[in-house]
Amino acid sequence: MSAAAEIVFDNVTKRYAGRGGDALHELSFTIPAGAFCVLVGPSGGGKTTALKMVNRLIPFDSGDIRIDGRSVRDLSPVELRRGIGYVIQQVGLFPHMTVGENIATVPRLLGWPKDKIRRRIHELLELVGLEAADEKRYPAEFSGGQRQRVGLARALAADPPLLLMDEPFGALDPITRFRLQTELKRLHDEVEKTVIFVTHDIEEAIRMGDRIAILRQGGVLAQYSTPDELLAHPADDFVAEFVGGDRALRRLALRRLSDVKLSPGIGQAKAAASTTVRNAVSLMLELKVDALTVVDDAGQELGVFNLRDAESLL
Amino acid sequence: MRGSGPPVVIPNFGQGSACVRGDHTFCWGWVHDHWNDTLSPALVQHIELTAIAVGIGFALAFALALAAHRNRRVEHPIGIVAALLYTIPSLALFQILVPFTGLTWTTVEIALVSYTLVILFPNIVAGLQSVPPDVLEAARGMGLTRLQTLLRVELPLAVPAIIGGLRIAVVSTISIATIAAFLLPDGLGYPIFLALKDPTPFKTEIYSAGFLAVALALVCDATLLVLRRTLAPWAKRRLA
Repeated sequence: MSAAAEIVFDNVTKRYAGRGGDALHELSFTIPAGAFCVLVGPSGGGKTTALKMVNRLIPFDSGDIRIDGRSVRDLSPVELRRGIGYVIQQVGLFPHMTVGENIATVPRLLGWPKDKIRRRIHELLELVGLEAADEKRYPAEFSGGQRQRVGLARALAADPPLLLMDEPFGALDPITRFRLQTELKRLHDEVEKTVIFVTHDIEEAIRMGDRIAILRQGGVLAQYSTPDELLAHPADDFVAEFVGGDRALRRLALRRLSDVKLSPGIGQAKAAASTTVRNAVSLMLELKVDALTVVDDAGQELGVFNLRDAESLL
Repeated sequence: MRGSGPPVVIPNFGQGSACVRGDHTFCWGWVHDHWNDTLSPALVQHIELTAIAVGIGFALAFALALAAHRNRRVEHPIGIVAALLYTIPSLALFQILVPFTGLTWTTVEIALVSYTLVILFPNIVAGLQSVPPDVLEAARGMGLTRLQTLLRVELPLAVPAIIGGLRIAVVSTISIATIAAFLLPDGLGYPIFLALKDPTPFKTEIYSAGFLAVALALVCDATLLVLRRTLAPWAKRRLA
C-alpha cells in the first residue's frame, strides 16, 4: 500500500480567456498527507477547477501544484493521471465493459500481471461492499449508488496515494448518499490516502472533511481550517453566511458523548456514548429533561451529561 | 465472373412443361431445370456485387468517419458531398459514368459504393460521437491516451451504430444491385430484366430471381444482427 501524498497549492492562478476576473486567484494551501480535504463553495468559486488542475485536466496559468514535493508539471499528463484516483458525479463507467474490466482499467494500462489484477478486483469489490459475482455484470444492471461504488473501486484500483472526487454523491438520493458518505469515511480511515473532495453542500463538507477549504466567487480562498474551527470562528461574513445560522448546533454534531467530559451522578434518561452531542441536546429538549446518563455499548454507565455542559463545548 | 455471364435461357414456350407453356403463376420445374445455368450464377454474382460495394464503401466510410471525428470541421463537407451523391438516381448515375468507365463492373461498383458511403458515413460518425461525455472524462482522468480512448472506448461503443448502418447498407445495396442488369448481364436483376423484355414476361423467372434477392437480404440482415449481439453483448442488456 503506497503512502498518502501531501498536496501543496502554491499561488495557483487561472484565468479563462474572454471572461473578466480570475477563475482561481493566488490559491495557496497545503493538504497534509492522509487528510480528507473538502473544497466547498458556491458555484463560480472554482472548486472543480482547482480539483481538475491537480490531475491536469485543466491547465493553470501561474503558480504550481506539488504532490509530495514534486510538481504536477514534471510528469506527462497521462503518467500523472494513472497515479491519481479520479471519481466524478456521473461516474463515467465504461458501459461496454463488465464491472471487473472497468476496475481493471488503470492496472491494465500500467501492465500489471493478470493474476495480480484478478486478486485486486476481488479485494476492491469487497472493500466497496459489492458481491464477487458482480465482477461479470455490466454497469447498466446496477443502481446509481452501486455504480458509484464501482467508480470508487475503479479509482482505487492501482492503489494511488491521492484520490480526487468531484461531487461524487451529488446525483444520489439522500439515503444512498448518506450511506456512501459513511462508508467512504470508514474506508478513508482504513486505507492511507489523501482525498480531495469537491461539493457545494456545506453539510456534506462538515460531515466528511477533516480539512475544509471554502472558495468564494473569483476563486479566492475564504477560509481553510478544520470543520470545528470553521464553525467556531468563521473568517468573515461570507463564510458565516455560507456555513449557516445553525453553526453552533453543527459544531455539537461533530462531537459524541464519548468525547465529552462527564459529571458523576444519575440522569433522567439514558443515551449511548456514540450519540452526537447535537442529538443528545435534541433528546433532552424533546424529553424535557436536563441530564442524561451516558452508557457504553455494554450498558455500563459512564457518567452524566447535563444540558448546560453543551454550552461549555462551544 | 466478370464480363459476360453464362447464357441465360429464355423459356421456350413451345417445348417446356405445361406449366411453363401456360406461364402459370410459379413453375417449380423451371426453377429446378435452370438453377445451375441461370439462378445460381446470378445469385453468386449478386453476392459479389454487394460484397465489393459494401466492403469498399465501409473501408472508405470508416476512414472518412475517423477523420471527421478527429477534426469536426470536415464532417459537414463530407456529409454534404455524400448526400448529394445519394440524391442522383441510380440509372442516371450509371448514365453519367458510362462514358468514363464503360459498361463494366467498375461503373456499377462506383454507383453502389457511393450509396453505401452515404449510409455508413453518418452512422459511424454518430456512433463515435454517441459516447457520453462523462465516460470520455473518466477515460481522460484515468490516463488513457487519445488512441487508447478511441480503440478501447469510442470504437467498441460505436459498434451497435456501425452494425446498424451496415444492415441498412447491405439490404439497400442488394436491392439497388438488381439495376446493374441495365449495364451488365450479371446479378439477380438480369433474369428479371430479360423476362421483362419479352412481350409476355415469364412470371416464374421474375418471381424466383426476386425471391432470391429478398432471401439474400434477409439472411445478411440476420447475420449482422447475430454479429452485433456477439460484438456488443452489453448493448442488448442496456435496452432490456
